[in-house]
Amino acid sequence: MPGATHDLIVVGGGLIGSAIAWGAGRAGADVALLDEGDVAHRAARGNFGLIWLQGKGVGAPAYMRWSLQAGHLWETFAAALVDETGIDIGWRRPGGLQFCFSDEEMDGRRRVAEQTRTDGGDIAIELWDRADVLDRVPEVGPEVVGASYSPLDSHVSPLYLLRALQEGLQAGGGTYLSGAGVAALRAEAGLFVAETARGPVRGRRIVIAAGLGAADLAPQLGLSIPVRPERGQIVVTERVKPFFAYVGSGVRQTAEGSFLIGSSHEEAGFSEGTDVATAARLCASAVRTFPRLAEVNVVRLWGSLRVMTPDGKPIYEESQTHPGAFAATCHSGVTLCSAHALVLGPAIADGVLPEAVASFRSDRFHVQAH
Amino acid sequence: MFRRIEASAGTAGTLTFEERPVAFRAGDNVAAALLAAGIARFRDSPVDAAPRAPYCMMGVCFECLVEIDGRQNQQACLIPARTGMVIRRQRGARDLADRAP
Amino acid sequence: MNGRWDAVVIGTGPAGMAAAATLAEGGARTLVVDEQPEVGGQIYRAIERNRGNDALGRILGADYLRGAPLAGRLRASGAEIRLATLVWRIDEDRGVWMRRDGSVERAEARNVVIATGAMERPVPVPGWTLPGVMTIGALQILLKSSGLIPSGRLVLAGSGPLFYLFSRQCVEAGVSELTLLDTADGRHLPGALPLLPKALTGQGWRYLLKGAGLLAGLRRAGVTLYRGVSGITLEGSEHVAGIRFTHRGGTGSLACDTVGLHEGVIPHQQMTRSLGCVHDYEPAQQSFHPRRDAWGLSSRPGIFVAGDAGGIVGAQASAHEGTIAALAILHALGRLSQEERERRFAAEARARRAHLAARPFIDRLYTPRDEVLVPADATMICRCETVAARELRRLAGHGVPGPNQAKAFLRCGMGPCQGRLCGPTVTSIFARETGDTPDATGYYRIRSPLKPVTVGELAGSGKETGSHP
Repeated sequence: MPGATHDLIVVGGGLIGSAIAWGAGRAGADVALLDEGDVAHRAARGNFGLIWLQGKGVGAPAYMRWSLQAGHLWETFAAALVDETGIDIGWRRPGGLQFCFSDEEMDGRRRVAEQTRTDGGDIAIELWDRADVLDRVPEVGPEVVGASYSPLDSHVSPLYLLRALQEGLQAGGGTYLSGAGVAALRAEAGLFVAETARGPVRGRRIVIAAGLGAADLAPQLGLSIPVRPERGQIVVTERVKPFFAYVGSGVRQTAEGSFLIGSSHEEAGFSEGTDVATAARLCASAVRTFPRLAEVNVVRLWGSLRVMTPDGKPIYEESQTHPGAFAATCHSGVTLCSAHALVLGPAIADGVLPEAVASFRSDRFHVQAH
Repeated sequence: MFRRIEASAGTAGTLTFEERPVAFRAGDNVAAALLAAGIARFRDSPVDAAPRAPYCMMGVCFECLVEIDGRQNQQACLIPARTGMVIRRQRGARDLADRAP
Repeated sequence: MNGRWDAVVIGTGPAGMAAAATLAEGGARTLVVDEQPEVGGQIYRAIERNRGNDALGRILGADYLRGAPLAGRLRASGAEIRLATLVWRIDEDRGVWMRRDGSVERAEARNVVIATGAMERPVPVPGWTLPGVMTIGALQILLKSSGLIPSGRLVLAGSGPLFYLFSRQCVEAGVSELTLLDTADGRHLPGALPLLPKALTGQGWRYLLKGAGLLAGLRRAGVTLYRGVSGITLEGSEHVAGIRFTHRGGTGSLACDTVGLHEGVIPHQQMTRSLGCVHDYEPAQQSFHPRRDAWGLSSRPGIFVAGDAGGIVGAQASAHEGTIAALAILHALGRLSQEERERRFAAEARARRAHLAARPFIDRLYTPRDEVLVPADATMICRCETVAARELRRLAGHGVPGPNQAKAFLRCGMGPCQGRLCGPTVTSIFARETGDTPDATGYYRIRSPLKPVTVGELAGSGKETGSHP
């Protein structure tokens, strides 16, 4: 609340900030989560909802380990969150399929599986040929030559997940403030002060998880979050009776029955718009995978902005000039949510960063800078 | 539940709803033809299976969804009735399984 | 066929017909589209079929038949008319995406006239999703387009001009078991009376006289009419079977076979919202209106809004607005001199104003009750996804900032109607709970496709986009 002094201020009510806030609150901290108003860049609203682990972090072992840790934590995390809030966040782990349409694509998946083994990744990745796929998913189209499969991949409703984290935080005594976009941050008399649209909020520690807004806020406390927007468009269909039980890398069916078809990667500045050419490309690919999807009605085209760092990996750091001020950002707010909630949040409540994320400081981008 | 103000005007054709023949008149859309024939339940809500039927008759509410000639979730109030149309109740969400491709 | 049009007009109600006819008569290459298979919009629905039908014409009345010459003028104007055609998206550069007979195409427009008219204000009352419960507008559409009238016991519940007009039309059509529940709140009368003198100016007196005539006709016919009704609840399991209500401090109940609900009409804002046009909440009409200049130009370049889509003005003023937008476009195209534009604008604007004289009085008198705008907790607000008012209030209590986050958290507005029937109520509830204005609360961000288009059709539309980025 404005007036009170909190143990921890979390700037940013998206999935990353909400997960940290929930986790810190469960660890006993008095947390204030600051969110913007009804219309904000909310990546969660346009998120595809995949917890996608096969191939993640290939060539970057620390990132792979952190992601897989998150993957293995999801079951515990989802159970705790549902248990606390009573909100079915739609988490299911049927295993994920990346469909291939050529032998070259299959070779690519094979290399991913081999490299993952070489890197010591704690994940099973199977390669299915067309007959294997048809055994399990007879609905696929004639061009599908095979797929890679991992039983660790899962999916969730990013929207219900966000709601559950925010309601869970409040149920545990934490504070959620919407309409509290942060204009400025400063340190004052041993405390951090966030100047918000609803007045100043004070805390002993602070974490900046403000997505694209973090680029401007972080330097005010000696942190650096060089992020840029990358637009992703998805196509959302009407409800369909259960049809595809697995998770697909570009197509999945939600708990309610809608199909999500995605996702594009575009440089479009801060525009959250959509365009028919991109939607057409996404839809054509989905129909190649599942011809029967052609008859399904589309109800929404959606564009949202991923928060991209220069190397695509997360940034987690504590300020050297302002100890107790932290920053966290990544474009995998769903996949990593379990780790943010169960590992990062409690650690920040204790005023430290977990060992697992020690290599994700932003100074990796300033190598040889002077 | 409905009647024609002109009892005399002849029928323009016949379609079927759930196997039952339904005569319609010139100018009828599918929703009007079904309502005129006393059909009250057009679809089952995909959320709770409750019965639903036309509410707005002008394409806004999407309550009149039916299956027409194998195509599901069609807005009955926007589609002119045609002879031989095979119409079925829309039973909840679209079903992609076990149907002729 | 794709093409570049001087103007694409969306909707063939009075505003759209007048706009398209004026544009084409003025030499502009004009395309006019409507999702219905016939021209006329809802107010003049099936006018080309019905103009020679004396029996129906007598029931529907002279105001309906005014649509016939306008439709004739549109047909003769040279505008290309495409019916049974859905507009599912308008790109920022005014590419208009359409769907007809399962095929998708894009038309480029130098100007767009959105003349998509009004929709009836949602009337969320307990039981409003039961079969047999329709809007009064829907019942009137069945009369216009199919000569259908409810049989059995009919209850019409609501207020406003269409409520009385359709009640009278039911009497004319021989509906015998008719009960009227007038929900107008008598407490609005003192506030409305000061607006009465102005309402008698211009053409206003004709509207009031028509209303008085309708009421007198209903009285003469001996129709049962309850005034000051509130607290409507519809009952039934598979179909509506009864209606309960509050009246003079007591409760009433009626068995019935069909119920018509109506609490006025509001602009159909889906298309202007999807384009990101600026909207303002208009307290007098308890609805959002796209912001427009005197010509009907919205906040987006080349996007005009004419008729009830821009604010409720009625059929005749709508036609004048359509003409006014067309004059602005013809001038911009170099097909109409400034002098001629000003001269014709002055006449059209004068005629439009005359038709609006009684509007403030009528709006005030028939301001919907709170229970319609912010219904009780148990009432279902989102019909598609079955979301009740209680759930919205609960979210607001948790600090959820507004309609878009509520949509994300509850799925309200995510169903096939895309929020058309819950959006106005969701904004009202949030505004009431937070104490903010509706403007500050905002509205759903509307996404294309505005009308159904399939995954396969979208996939195939790739070739339509050509060099489009």
